[in-house]
Amino acid sequence: MRVELDEPKCVASGQCVVEAPDVFDQRDEDGVAVVLDPHPPEELYDQVNEAVAICPAAALRLVRE
Amino acid sequence: MNRVVVVGASAAGLAAVETLRREGFEGDLTLIGDEPYAPYDRPPLSKQILSRTWREDRLPLRSDEDLSALNVELRIGTEAIGVDTRARTVKIASGEALPYDGLIVATGVRPRALPTARGHLLRTLDDALNLRSRLEPGRHLLVVGAGFLGAEAAATARGIGCRVTLVEPAPVPLAHAVGEDVGRMLSTLHSERGVDLRTGTGVAEVIDDGVRLVGGEVIEADEVLVSVGSVPNTDWLEGSGLRLDDGLVCDEYCSAGPGVYAAGDVARWHNPLFGTSMRVEHRTHAAEQGMAAARNLLRGPQGRPFAPVPYFWSDQYDMKLQAYGYLRGHDEVALVEGDLDERRFIVAYRTGDRLTGVIAAGIAPRTLRSWRQAIARSAAWDEDPPTPSEPTRRAA
Repeated sequence: MRVELDEPKCVASGQCVVEAPDVFDQRDEDGVAVVLDPHPPEELYDQVNEAVAICPAAALRLVRE
Repeated sequence: MNRVVVVGASAAGLAAVETLRREGFEGDLTLIGDEPYAPYDRPPLSKQILSRTWREDRLPLRSDEDLSALNVELRIGTEAIGVDTRARTVKIASGEALPYDGLIVATGVRPRALPTARGHLLRTLDDALNLRSRLEPGRHLLVVGAGFLGAEAAATARGIGCRVTLVEPAPVPLAHAVGEDVGRMLSTLHSERGVDLRTGTGVAEVIDDGVRLVGGEVIEADEVLVSVGSVPNTDWLEGSGLRLDDGLVCDEYCSAGPGVYAAGDVARWHNPLFGTSMRVEHRTHAAEQGMAAARNLLRGPQGRPFAPVPYFWSDQYDMKLQAYGYLRGHDEVALVEGDLDERRFIVAYRTGDRLTGVIAAGIAPRTLRSWRQAIARSAAWDEDPPTPSEPTRRAA
């Protein structure tokens, strides 16, 4: 599975970092999300799914490869 | 449980549907929405849509492919008009009664109108497209109500070169929500950008060529946007036996009655983290509560209390305000970092002896998240400020 971020949509809420801190971070200057691990291990799928679902900008997807 | 009906096809309803499937619910799933569109995102309506920065095709919350993978019967353009909690059916406008074992109510809110019901409202995509078609450089938009929505619309209209008058009955906009100092900073921000802000001014009615103020004075305008708060969409639940009190009343599990749960703007539930009943109209909250309601519906007695730290943001000009926690009813407001005039600050809110909220702009994300964590663990007001090194912890 691969994590996709539609960066121009990101509103810098940081909710993804709260849900999945090993997979996401935020840029210091504007808070826009950064994907630390585009291919997270399976044990983090629940966290990533949570982050995708809670993203207030619908900017994240977890896609099957 | 074989059949779940979710009423309300916006962020909360969609999150509920997705969570039900992710958690293994394989029964029949119906998602009902009264607008003629598949689930779409509302926050951009007052920003990117109004400013024409985005086309409407960027609004859908999920692709057609993602929606069809959910195996949900999506009934858009369908209005739910009643529920029979004993027979467990939802009645829709066509007269059909849809049976359910589990029901999730996510019908949101609608904008409050002024007495004559004239002027633009801004809640739906159609509202936004209608208003947008009337806004051109040089046209005069009068916004009634300087809450977050009205303020954002005013900022966007200035950005496209409209003349903007912002009329607010309170002496300081948003003071009841964020305190006087932050409210005054926002007033200054709008005045600097050329908005004619008139506080302490009540509007009696919208008229053909503008508005008539409570004192009788008329302010002329080409277009009037009324943004004076919202009303939960619970009319269709009248007489159902479910408790309605400024929202559909739920317990801390988001349960409103046997097999009935609620999520999003419409839900008034008891948030154990703050020990109070609340109704939250924020985008992130809608998704979070949609997920919680879906899980608790499936788990029944093994459900978990829903105890989130509410979050919202507001974009006004080049400033992004972000807030965590529950600011309403606070006892004290204190600037804890930065400077309001420089628009780089953290302002903290005390309720009782606890830190219950922060609002910030221009602050490093890591620092802001550490304040969120402090709110999540019910930090005492007189503790030392949280430090960014604090490990991230998941909310209860």
